[in-house]
Amino acid sequence: MTTDLIDRVLSIAPGSHLDQLRRHREVARDNIEKAYVALFEPVNTTEVSSLERFAIARFVTGLHGPLVLGTHYAKALDSAADRSDIVAAITAETAAGKTTGPYGTYPEGPLSSENKAGLIYAVSLENRSVLGEKLSAALEHAHLLVFRPRDASKAALDALLAAGWSTAGIVTISQLVAFLSFQVRIVEGLSALAAHPAANNLNERLHEAASATA
Amino acid sequence: MSHTNTPNIFTQDELGWTPWLEPLAEAELTERHWAGLVDASRAKSPYFMLLAHDPEVLEARTKADKDIFYNPNGGLPRAERELSATATSRHNGCIFCASVHSRFASSHSKRRDDVQKLLDEGTGADLGERWNAVKDAAVALSDTPIAFGSAEIDKLRAAGLDDFEITDVISASAFFNWANRLMLSIGEPLPPQQK
Repeated sequence: MTTDLIDRVLSIAPGSHLDQLRRHREVARDNIEKAYVALFEPVNTTEVSSLERFAIARFVTGLHGPLVLGTHYAKALDSAADRSDIVAAITAETAAGKTTGPYGTYPEGPLSSENKAGLIYAVSLENRSVLGEKLSAALEHAHLLVFRPRDASKAALDALLAAGWSTAGIVTISQLVAFLSFQVRIVEGLSALAAHPAANNLNERLHEAASATA
Repeated sequence: MSHTNTPNIFTQDELGWTPWLEPLAEAELTERHWAGLVDASRAKSPYFMLLAHDPEVLEARTKADKDIFYNPNGGLPRAERELSATATSRHNGCIFCASVHSRFASSHSKRRDDVQKLLDEGTGADLGERWNAVKDAAVALSDTPIAFGSAEIDKLRAAGLDDFEITDVISASAFFNWANRLMLSIGEPLPPQQK
């Protein structure tokens, strides 16, 4: 049986409880991995380079806190980047962008009472010169999508176009951030479930642990 | 910026949706794009035709979506998968996604009033023990940083959900953290009469 990225980051053993839960939705399991491969080992990198993909992934997963997937993408960025100043700038921007979400503004009307103010993130001037206008604009858009998706606007897409992204590139960046927002939640949800077994399968879990260490 | 007629309340009505970037035209589609659309009928949808600019990701997205929501083999009843999607969309603020999936939640559960209560009052609405557990888990998982943990799992188990069902709650909510961010950011909803 094949293992995939989620198996690897959560150390899911074949036949274990989490493996059974995941394989119960086998088509979803396979296609979550296919989406990961499509985004990070893409057919072509003309619109969004590998470095840009891993920089965005390191940033987005890092914004969610210290997660196993954050470690995965930090290592991947290290391998993809041939300049340490880029890695350092992404790391600093990830720390600077951390906040709590979701927040943002609704179209004016009855929901305006639910409007919630929060950080409007921008890449620092210093790191902007390291990362360039194009990647900086992508990080700012990624932050918007992670924390305040309801603030998304045509103007935000115009800013990406002005920074040099094509329509196809914007679709891929949007998919990257949206997929990563999904992927961190699948991994953290399953991880929480594994850390908190039901009383009725505790014996089974202890047995698994015993055979794994035997 | 938003038009003056942009829908500004959560509703179970059928809304329209219009893209902010140019979708592919049907004449531009290659075999790779048709594969990405999965169902040929999706070539009529500006949303999917815009996402078809990256067909491999679209194909995987759509197949994962269908399995998480439509797979009839055990796990959580469809109505509650849709409830998880609706609560997530309400929390993130996706009026369009919430409209579609609240209709599905209503038609599969026959609890239209409770679904409307979630839309009207927000995620603090009291929907009874089992639905509250599903809704609260979806909301906690959608927070950033992620707030889902043993407290939510205990409430789901107390309401009678096993781990296969809890996995479906997680998958449905996680998936809408993907879907909401696309639907909200590459176009906008239109009022029902313009669909």
